[in-house]
Amino acid sequence: MYRARLGIRPGIWLSIAALLAAAGAALPAMADESPRGGWGLLNLPVGVTSISRDVYSIHMMAFWVCVWIGVLVFGVMIWSIIFHRRSRGAVADVTLVHNTKVEIVWTTIPVLILVGMAIPAAHGIVLIGDDAHSQLDIKVTGFQWGWQYEYVGKGVSFISKLDAKSMAASELDSGISPYSVPHYLRNVDHPLVVPVGTKVRLLVTAVDVIHSWWVPDFGIKKDAIPGYINTSWFEVDANKPGVYRGQCAELCGRGHGYMPIVVDAVSKADFQAWLKREAAAEKAAASS
Amino acid sequence: MAETPHTEAHAHAEHDHDHKPHGWRRWVFATNHKDIGTMYLVFSCIMFFTGGAFAMMIRAELFKPGLQIVDAGVFNSLTTMHGLVMIFGAIMPAWVGLANWMIPIQIGAPDMALPRLNNLSFWILPFAFVLLLSSWLVPGSAPAGGWTMYPPLTLQFGASFPMLIFAIHMMGISSILGAINVIVTIMNLRAPGMTLLRMPLFVWTWLITSFLLVAVMPVLAGAVTMLLTDHFFGTSFFNAAGGGDPVMFQHIFWFFGHPEVYIMILPGFGVVSEIIPAFSRKPLFGYEAMVYATASIAFLSFIVWAHHMFTVGLPTSALLFFMFATMLIAVPTGVKVFNWTATMWRGSLTFEPPMLFALAFLFLFTIGGFSGLMLAMVPADFQYQDTYFVVAHFHYVLVSGSAFAIIAGVYYWLPKWVGRMYDMTLAKWHFWLSAIFFNVLFFPQHFLGLAGMPRRIPDYAVQFADWNMVSSIGGFVFGLSQLLFPYIIWKCVRSGQRVEGTRAWDGARGLEWELPSPAPYHSWTIPPTEAMIARGAEH
Repeated sequence: MYRARLGIRPGIWLSIAALLAAAGAALPAMADESPRGGWGLLNLPVGVTSISRDVYSIHMMAFWVCVWIGVLVFGVMIWSIIFHRRSRGAVADVTLVHNTKVEIVWTTIPVLILVGMAIPAAHGIVLIGDDAHSQLDIKVTGFQWGWQYEYVGKGVSFISKLDAKSMAASELDSGISPYSVPHYLRNVDHPLVVPVGTKVRLLVTAVDVIHSWWVPDFGIKKDAIPGYINTSWFEVDANKPGVYRGQCAELCGRGHGYMPIVVDAVSKADFQAWLKREAAAEKAAASS
Repeated sequence: MAETPHTEAHAHAEHDHDHKPHGWRRWVFATNHKDIGTMYLVFSCIMFFTGGAFAMMIRAELFKPGLQIVDAGVFNSLTTMHGLVMIFGAIMPAWVGLANWMIPIQIGAPDMALPRLNNLSFWILPFAFVLLLSSWLVPGSAPAGGWTMYPPLTLQFGASFPMLIFAIHMMGISSILGAINVIVTIMNLRAPGMTLLRMPLFVWTWLITSFLLVAVMPVLAGAVTMLLTDHFFGTSFFNAAGGGDPVMFQHIFWFFGHPEVYIMILPGFGVVSEIIPAFSRKPLFGYEAMVYATASIAFLSFIVWAHHMFTVGLPTSALLFFMFATMLIAVPTGVKVFNWTATMWRGSLTFEPPMLFALAFLFLFTIGGFSGLMLAMVPADFQYQDTYFVVAHFHYVLVSGSAFAIIAGVYYWLPKWVGRMYDMTLAKWHFWLSAIFFNVLFFPQHFLGLAGMPRRIPDYAVQFADWNMVSSIGGFVFGLSQLLFPYIIWKCVRSGQRVEGTRAWDGARGLEWELPSPAPYHSWTIPPTEAMIARGAEH
């Protein structure tokens, strides 16, 4: 008895302390006016492509399956912990060591649940893998540390790197608050521009080490590997133009945290105008 | 042959002072499984705090956005060395230490089968880690390409690179020798009457782990040797410009790497399968199912490696195969969790520190299993891959899985090792601090990963600031509270209350609890009786 009570006490005190600590951390942050929405960022974005929505639904299905299995299994464990404890006078039933029927059931049911999860996941794999009939091809080349984008057959190609403000603020002891930099570490000097409502195929490779091109709102991540050309695709919803941000997802050296990806999804007309301007500018730059 | 436990205990008392070398010779020339086990555990503890110090620096740098403490290159060295030291220096040696201490005692053998080999496999380790850790001092600092050592990145590092490769080779040799010793001991030195299906689960899981080690450590050695020749001798195994293939390294590495994660967790399954029955005062539910589930997990671990590399551009058929195979692992793992739950069902539970840590294992490892199942789903993995969601996942299975199981095992067997009981109240503080702040540390990392924060970055966009701060606070308290662990052990060894009789815990079963406490220096020089074996194998 003496031991059991002592055992509970640190638990209660520590739980209270943890709650207070969490509240203490949360309050000043909530009082802070800076727009960041950090506390609310808990889940995957639904995103703006058919792939990202499919991925999101698979993710949520898997999540809820885990939650319900968790409720059941943890429920039984907690029941035992509360009601089958010796301090309540519980006597062990030492004959309960084996039960073939129960064991068959708890092997079969998980198999059925897994089959149920595997079907939509397999469908998703096929959807993501279908990069045929693209309307625009962009070659994406990762390097230490930035991305080169080449609009295949359009005469447009440029390099996209971390913007100067983020760069300055990100130095060790820079004295510049990251909060004062718009889109700190998620902004580039030259964003990738794509048209909405268009199937864009990416041809992803790298020149030095392995990188990985990832924009969460598009639901795709593809490794950029020297010697390989990996393909991936996305089609931004026609009604969702906007700026979408991501960053390199594969450790690529000291600049790994500093190679963001910014995609500016614009209307088809705007895209054509931009492409014309960009091609002319690059031609002028090349001939000068 | 002694027929009763009393005779056995007396026989041991007489043997107790025999042939025990003194001073430094006892440790340097050690061939006694208990001494070697102790050295492994002490070594592992030192490495746990070394790797932990790296983790504290990582969490301090990530406390808020911007770089305040270390530059980006040092940060990458910290994450790389944290991984290497924790995996090869803390978790694996701790399991070998527990194997050394417990396997001979649990199967009624007088020692490990190959005592001098045992000495060698331990003494390789300190040299391997001195070599690895001294890489902090060479130009260019410690390896910074991640513990996974992917080329071409890892080939860019200078003086530290060969040090890393040779350190890995030495750790690999140590692990292989240790594993061979465990296999030979279990196969040849079991006491008469200790049939395979009467062995305690810790012995079973270690036997299966040993086969995994012997199978995959040479694969790792091959992979790093190819890195070495690519770097120094002009080969192009992984160099695309020379006709090589950087992705081939990942296939080879993860063919080692996935079984490796089971190498680190299977003995934990064994420890928990000893502790939960002891404190439920009920035999383990479904003993044979547990053995077969462990074997199935070990088999499956060889055919799921590519789930670590879903984003490298695998063909659809490969994605489907590796997804299905990976999801299958949930079945035997589920069987294990259900069996532990059924063991507690209608038991007579008490909550001493070993049981508390075993319960934390049970709950938190299961959460790690859930995120593992989610990660197996290829389309969703395209979002999770290389984010903090993965970091959260593998710390749930490695810290609240392997590390908590090791701590549970130490709290369970410590009274047997030293014949004294530790301070229960302090140990409960250790438990509650660990269990609560582990979750404060790692649970928010699920959110960070889903919100889009990649792993292995020294600095982050400001929307990730809040949960990183919470995670860092959790990390500091979790890290500091681990200092209680060596203090509790030290206090126990010096001045703990003496344990009366053979059983430190009234529900404990198995041959180790038939020996006097502390376990004599030479145990089971006379094999255990059939009655003792039968008492331990009630299932």
